[in-house]
Amino acid sequence: MKGIYSMERQADVVVIGGGITGTAILSELARYNLRCVLVEKEPDIAAGTTKANSAILHAGFDAPTGSFKAKMNVKGNALYHELEKELNLDIKWTGSFVVAFDDDGVETLKELKTRGEANGVPGLEIWDGAKVREKEPNLSKDIKAALWAPTAGICWPFGAAQAFAENAVINGAEVLRDCEVTGITVKDGRVEAVETSEGPIKAKYVVNAAGVYADKISAMAGDNSFTVKPRKGEYVLFDKTAQKSMVSGIVFPVPTKTSKGILVCATTHGNVFIGPNAQELDDKEDLSVTSAGMDEIFAGARKLCPEIPGGAAITEFAGLRAASSTGDFVLGKSKVEGLLQAAGIQSPGLTSAPAIAQYIAEIIVGETGAEKRGDYKKGRPEEPVFRELDDEAKAALIKKDSHYGRIICRCETITEGEIVDAINRPCGARTVDGVKRRTRAGMGRCQGGFCGPRVIEILSRELGISVPEVRKDGVKSYMYYEKEGAAE
Amino acid sequence: MSEMYDIIIVGGGPAGLSAAHSAVKNGAKKIIVLERDREAGGILQQCVHNGFGLHHFKEELTGPGYAQRCYDLIKDCPEVEVLVDTMVLEVHDNKEVIAVNPERGLMKLQAKTVILTMGCRERTRGAIRIPGYRPAGVYTAGAAQRMVNMEGYIPGHKIVILGSGDIGLIMARRMSLEGCKVQAVLEICPFSNGLTRNIVQCLNDYDIPLYLSHTITGIKGKDRVEGITVSKVDDKMRPIPGTEFDIECDTVLLSVGLIPENEISRELGIELHPRTNGPVVDQHRETSMTGIFAAGNVVHVHDLVDFVSDEAEIAGKYAALTALGKNAASDRDLAVTPGAGVNTCVPQHLRLSSESEAVRLFMRAAQPKRKVKLSIMSGGQEVMKKILPVVKPSEMISVEIPAEKTAALSDDITVSIEEA
Repeated sequence: MKGIYSMERQADVVVIGGGITGTAILSELARYNLRCVLVEKEPDIAAGTTKANSAILHAGFDAPTGSFKAKMNVKGNALYHELEKELNLDIKWTGSFVVAFDDDGVETLKELKTRGEANGVPGLEIWDGAKVREKEPNLSKDIKAALWAPTAGICWPFGAAQAFAENAVINGAEVLRDCEVTGITVKDGRVEAVETSEGPIKAKYVVNAAGVYADKISAMAGDNSFTVKPRKGEYVLFDKTAQKSMVSGIVFPVPTKTSKGILVCATTHGNVFIGPNAQELDDKEDLSVTSAGMDEIFAGARKLCPEIPGGAAITEFAGLRAASSTGDFVLGKSKVEGLLQAAGIQSPGLTSAPAIAQYIAEIIVGETGAEKRGDYKKGRPEEPVFRELDDEAKAALIKKDSHYGRIICRCETITEGEIVDAINRPCGARTVDGVKRRTRAGMGRCQGGFCGPRVIEILSRELGISVPEVRKDGVKSYMYYEKEGAAE
Repeated sequence: MSEMYDIIIVGGGPAGLSAAHSAVKNGAKKIIVLERDREAGGILQQCVHNGFGLHHFKEELTGPGYAQRCYDLIKDCPEVEVLVDTMVLEVHDNKEVIAVNPERGLMKLQAKTVILTMGCRERTRGAIRIPGYRPAGVYTAGAAQRMVNMEGYIPGHKIVILGSGDIGLIMARRMSLEGCKVQAVLEICPFSNGLTRNIVQCLNDYDIPLYLSHTITGIKGKDRVEGITVSKVDDKMRPIPGTEFDIECDTVLLSVGLIPENEISRELGIELHPRTNGPVVDQHRETSMTGIFAAGNVVHVHDLVDFVSDEAEIAGKYAALTALGKNAASDRDLAVTPGAGVNTCVPQHLRLSSESEAVRLFMRAAQPKRKVKLSIMSGGQEVMKKILPVVKPSEMISVEIPAEKTAALSDDITVSIEEA
C-alpha cells in the first residue's frame, strides 16, 4: 500500500473510468447525498476513447429500435440541448447528412428514416442532391439524396467530460487520477471494496465505466458475461483554412454493418476532420496511425467531398471504440450485487452519456433512497477566455490579475492567467496535454514549439513538482531529464 | 492621450535591435521595441555556441554575445525604449499597435512607422506527417535547445535528429557535449541543408552518422519514444519499401525547416511572397503598406545573423527617414525576379529615385552547384555578373549592385545562376 490514500477510504459509489461516461455519471450522482469517488488510471480524465472520436452528438436513427443504444442516444441528444447552457458546453447544432449515391443507397436512407422515427428522432427529412449541395456546396455532384437530421450536432468531447467532472467536484465528489484499479473485493456476492494502486476504497456501489478495459474490470468482480474488443479508428485533422473547400457540418456515407463509415465533418473549433476507418484489434493500447490507414481515409472522404486539400492536414490521430460482444451497450445491474455496468460504450456513447448517467443514478437512488443535495450547485466555475474579450474587458482582467497580461501561446493567444486557472480549477490540468486540451495552448500552428517549455515551467511551479516530473500525457510520458551530474 | 512614436519595432531579436540602432543613427527621436520574451536578444539567447558576428562585428561571438553587442549599441540611447515581456496582438494600417504586458496591461501605441522583426518559427511533426504513436520525446530542435541551454534540462539520452538544418546540426554537437549519445542525423534530401562548417564541426568531429535520402517512417513507444523505423527515400522523397531499419532512441529532435512568423503581417493585410513566406519588400525593406517595414527572418529565413543585422539596418534607416519626412520619392518601380537556378531573391522590387544608391540582393540557389555564373539582367542587358566556386540552397548569396549601376536601371531585373 502506498500514496496519500493509505488510510482506508470509504465511498457510497466508486466510478471506475474518467471518460465521458464516468464523468457524466459522477456529475449526475453528485446531485444526491452520496459520497462519490471516481478513479482514473491515466494522469488526466478523458484520456481514452473520449479524447479521440468523431465528436458528434448523433440524432439517433442508426441503432435498432428498442436497443439501449437507440434509447440512450435520443434521450442523450435531448439532454445535451438542456445541459449546453448550464455547463457552458462547446456545441454547434449543425444537423447531419447521410448521403447516398445510388438507388440502393436511397432505399437505405428510407429505412434509416423509418427507424429513426420509431426511435423518436424529430425532424428527419430526405433531401435531393441539389438541396444537399445548396447547404454543403463542396460535396460530390454524384450524391443523389441524403437523410437530413436537424438535431445532430458537433461538440468538444474533452470539454464536455471536463465540465461534468468540474460540476461533480464542486458538489463534493472526488476525482483520483493516476489511480489504477487492481482488483475488486466481493463478499457474499456483493462488492465490498475497490483495490487501487493508491490503496483500497470501500464501496457500496461500483460503477464500471472503464471503456476498452470494462471487461477486465467486470471480470475482477467475477462477472464474465461480456468482452470488449477495441476497434481502432484513424483520423486526419485539417487546418481552419480547409473548411471553405470542405464542409461546415456532418456528412456520413450510407452506413455498413460495423461502422457509420468514413465521414467528413467540421469541429467546434472551426477545423475539419476526415475518418475514421475501422480495424478490429486485440491490443487495447494500439493508438498508432498507419500509412495504409491514411490512404483508406483519404479515399473514403474523397467520395463524399472530391477536393480534399491534403496540404492543409495538420495532424493524424487514432482512437479505440469499446465494442462489446453483445453488440449493444452493457448497462445496469450485474449478477454481482452493487456492481453496475456502463460498458461497451462505443458510438453513440458520447451522445448517450447524460442519459446513461441518469439510468445508472436512478438505480442507485432507487435502492439507497438517497436524497437530493440541499446545497447542490449548478454549472461550473467561469473561465475567462482572453482572446474572446473586447479591449476594455482585457484591460480590466489584466488589472485584476497580471498573469492575464502575459501571452504564453502566441498562435492561439492564450495567457498565463488562463493556464494557471486550468491547473488550479476543480479537476485541473496535471500534464502538458491537459493544459492544451483545457486552454488550446500548443494547439496552433507551432504545435507547442514556442509555448511548450513555458507551459512545463508553469506546471512545475503551480503543482510544486520538478521539471523532470512534468509529463506530456500518459503515466510515464516524462519530457525532460536532469543533466548528468546536475542533481543537488 | 497616446504618445506618438517615430517607430514601433515588433520583436527585440537581432533584427529589432539592429533596426533600432540604425534608426537612431538616422535621426529618429522616439523608438520603442516590443519583445515577448523576458529579455531582448531573441533566439540568439539560446544559441550558446560560437560562430556569430564574423561579418558584422568582425569577430567571433556566441549567440548571447552577439545579442549583447546589439543591445549595447542602444542601451544608453535615450531615443530607444525596450519593453520586454510584451506581446503584440495587432498592428493596424494606421500604425497603431495593440500589445499586452503584465505590468502595463493592454497598451495602444501609435507610431509614424512600424518595423516588423518577429523572426521565424520551426516546422513541426504535423507538417511532415510521421506515422506511428505520439509519445513524449519528440521535440523541435529549437524547443529542446531552449530547455538545454536556458532551463538546464536534457530532452533524453539517446537522440536521433531528423533534418540536417543548422539547428539540428548544432543540437547534435550540443547533446554530445552533454554526454548524450546522438545515434544519427537523418536527411530526406540528397544533400544537407546546413552550413558546411556545421557538418564538419558538429557531426564529423563527433563521429555522428549522417544518412542522406532517409527519413523516419515509424515512431515506437506509447508513453515515451523507444525507437524509430527509418527508410531510404527515392528521388521523389517517397519511402522505398524494403529499406526499413530500426534505430533505438528515446528522443527525436526535428530540424525540418523554419517558417517566417507572419501572423501579424497577414492580419494586417500586407502582401506576402509565396516562396519566402515573408512580406514582399523593396530595397528599403518597406512592405506593400506605406510606412510598414520588415527585416530579418520575418522577411526570409537567413543562415547568418550578420545578414539579419545588415538588412535590419536598412529597414531602420528608411523607417527613420520616412518618420522624419526625409525619404526621397521614387520615380520608378522595378520588379526583381528569380530566374533559372535561383529559388528566392530579396528584395522583390526596387523603388528607385533620382538619388542613386547601392542595392544589395540576397538570394538562395535552387540546387547545389559548382562553378557557376550569377548574372543580373535588366532590359536584355547584363548589369552585373559574378563567378562563384560553389552555391548551395543552404547558404545565402549576397550581391551588391553599386550606386552608379542602379542609377542607370530602368527595366525589371532577373537574377539567374547557371553553370559557368
